[in-house]
Amino acid sequence: MTTQTAAPSTGAIVTAEAGVRGEGREPRRPFRKYFRETGWRHIVGVLATVFALFPLLYVFSASLNPGGTLLTANSLFSRVSLESYLTLFQNETHPYGAWFVNTLVIGLVTAFFTVLLGALAAYCFSRMRFTGRRFSLTALLVVQMFPQMLAMVAIFLLMVTISDIFPAIGLNTQIGLIMVYLGGALGANTYLMYGFFNTVPASIDEAAKIDGAGHARIFFTIILRLVAPILAVVGLLSFIGTCSEFVLASVILVDPDKQTLAVGLYRFVSDEFSKNWSVFAAGAVLAAILPVALFLALQRYIVGGLTAGSVK
Amino acid sequence: MTITEDQDARSDAPATPRQRRAARIAEAAGGGWGLILLKIVVLGLILALAVYAALVLIRMDQWVPAVLVVAAALLAVWIYSGRGRLPAKYLMPGLVFLFVFQVFAALYTGYVAFTNYGTGHNSTKESAVNALMLSAQERVPDSPEYELTILDQLGELSFLVTDPDGEVLIGGEDRPLEEVDDAEMRGGKAVALDGYTTLEFAEIVANQERISEMAVPLSDDPNDGALRTPDGSIAYVYTSTLVYDEAAGTMTDTRTGVVYSDIGTGAFTAEDGTELKPGWQIVVGFDNFTRAFAEESIRGPFLSVLVWTFAFALLSVLTCFALGLFLAIVFNDPRMKSKKYYRVLMILPYAFPGFLSALVWAGMMNQEFGFLNVVLFGGADIPWLTNEWLAKASIILVNLWLGFPYMFLICTGALQSIPEDVQEAARVDGASAWQVFRSIKLPLLLVAVAPLLISSFAFNFNNFSLIYMLTGGGPRDVTAGVNVGATDILITMVYKVAFVGSSADYGLASAFSIIIFILVATISVLAFRRTKALEDLN
Repeated sequence: MTTQTAAPSTGAIVTAEAGVRGEGREPRRPFRKYFRETGWRHIVGVLATVFALFPLLYVFSASLNPGGTLLTANSLFSRVSLESYLTLFQNETHPYGAWFVNTLVIGLVTAFFTVLLGALAAYCFSRMRFTGRRFSLTALLVVQMFPQMLAMVAIFLLMVTISDIFPAIGLNTQIGLIMVYLGGALGANTYLMYGFFNTVPASIDEAAKIDGAGHARIFFTIILRLVAPILAVVGLLSFIGTCSEFVLASVILVDPDKQTLAVGLYRFVSDEFSKNWSVFAAGAVLAAILPVALFLALQRYIVGGLTAGSVK
Repeated sequence: MTITEDQDARSDAPATPRQRRAARIAEAAGGGWGLILLKIVVLGLILALAVYAALVLIRMDQWVPAVLVVAAALLAVWIYSGRGRLPAKYLMPGLVFLFVFQVFAALYTGYVAFTNYGTGHNSTKESAVNALMLSAQERVPDSPEYELTILDQLGELSFLVTDPDGEVLIGGEDRPLEEVDDAEMRGGKAVALDGYTTLEFAEIVANQERISEMAVPLSDDPNDGALRTPDGSIAYVYTSTLVYDEAAGTMTDTRTGVVYSDIGTGAFTAEDGTELKPGWQIVVGFDNFTRAFAEESIRGPFLSVLVWTFAFALLSVLTCFALGLFLAIVFNDPRMKSKKYYRVLMILPYAFPGFLSALVWAGMMNQEFGFLNVVLFGGADIPWLTNEWLAKASIILVNLWLGFPYMFLICTGALQSIPEDVQEAARVDGASAWQVFRSIKLPLLLVAVAPLLISSFAFNFNNFSLIYMLTGGGPRDVTAGVNVGATDILITMVYKVAFVGSSADYGLASAFSIIIFILVATISVLAFRRTKALEDLN
């Protein structure tokens, strides 16, 4: 794939294409001039692409290598079979299927409620004026400076205490983990959404109010639709973030059946590192497909969301 | 409640009577009832849950949390049932979670940092005394025999015993023996009691291990001893070889005669310094912080971890930014074709879940079988992850792979936002491409991306999964008094001190957390101040 993109260095093809955009048709450049101005950029691009893609190709090839170890994985694409993908779902000590489902459920539920809680707060800050508004906004920023990961010990001890009293939401429960994640639902998300909510003109709310809609209806049926793009971004970022979160998940989820992909695959690798490499690789490929696909499909929004506020 | 809700919906509406009527009609026509009903149901559920939770908490003598739960539920009902209080209605759901799992967790981290909480110090003095005496129990040589029946009530086992005098008593692990008079007797032995199920022989066999570990105290005074059973049918009195003197606060070992006393360190300590474990939790003040900076076996590793954390975070930001910016500039040429494809391919590492990338790279960098050594370096034996300095370099390399796409995206965005005319004017004035970049593009770019560089620094400062998945913090420093290695950063050190290995030191780990927080917060605040100044200049 990457070598194809190198083809333009023959010059003629590219200069012909180059004329399509830009101001009218440029005259053909001699190869030297072309290379000095544009050609070398392709070489850099190819090198960067190889650097970026190689580990991904490697893991994909390893996953197709039946019964492969770390050593056999080195001969790229020498043997191709889906055996490892099947083995993945048959290992009893490493219930990949359960991990996958757990990760999806935890990720989706967390993302949904993160978006909901964040949007409620952002709407409030964007449309209502109340005492303590500025203070709360700043307080949210300050609280975020102590990320949940730093509080892992305290969260663990808190969950231990909770499970003494309410085992259903304490240590080793997925509801407990989701609640912990929701502790971080406000904060950065609220800021991201707050900025976007502010771009929706308040006259829309006012018009709806005059038409007799209550605040709840304005929020749920009008505003949420207008800010859908930012909801998607926050939900997606939260989903991807939750799926690859390791620290809290590993501290809170104890049973192999209840763990997420991040925790499970890490244990898998540390248990039998080089022996079952292709099975691990298959697990990694499956685990990555969804986040990568989502990311590529929505990259424009994500990039916009990431740079919003700083790049004007 | 429904009426007040109606008023609430109206309170937002404009004041004229006509509009108010219109608002009411619209509300009624638009299925407002469903919403109200939902609200009633949800509030009812919350109240019911809170009452249940409070009852459970009270049964466990947890009065403070019980009061808090009820207060929070009442607050919720007050906020959502009345008119007005709109901001609170929107903020409360998020704030509840924020307070419990972020604010409280942060404060609790602060508290734990000042205690000796950890393995061997994880409960109160009272339970430590009980645990010690239980662990040192021995059967009294000429103990009387107690006829025993084992009862079950909701999964909790109790001993129903008939003492040699014919008196019937019942007790469990946490409740000392007390007399009962309505037990069902058979042949002078109590065999059943109302409200309990008697365990059959087969069930006793099935629960053998659990039953043989049970110790039912004879009275409130732990020195009196406890009943234990070797076979499930006869119980004997066991007493501890340790004698607890509550008034003096000492534990005496009756076999050796050594006196262990409470000298304020959270454990009974003999004169020669040996401690009885388990101890209990006490507040130790700044001990954990002093240990981090003063105790030889911790200070050394801690300081090198600290230096490496800064080096790692700084180098990560610099290398990723440099490569990202370079690529952004290279691709920022309007004449270049197929930029789009390069861009999509280069984003892939950023989209690939970070913990997986680190694991994959760990495989590729394996010294014996990894791709790098076997294929790229033709069978070389380079210790990528096991040599101290190479491991550090590998981490920077892998992080570059992970992080450059992000910087590339940001820089591309920022470059495109720099107005063309400024550059053209400079070119017309005779500036070289490098001069234009150095004195015009870069400063403008920095203003735009500086906040992102700072947050990237803060992120890498706590980049747990990369370090933990790639090297596990190794290679391990065997001389250190804590479990750390050459590539550990502060956050992985916290994790390892608290959760990895056989002993956990929550107090020390929390102290490290606090130190990380202070460092990151200070740096961020200072850096943001500087960038503000930068912005003002431009």
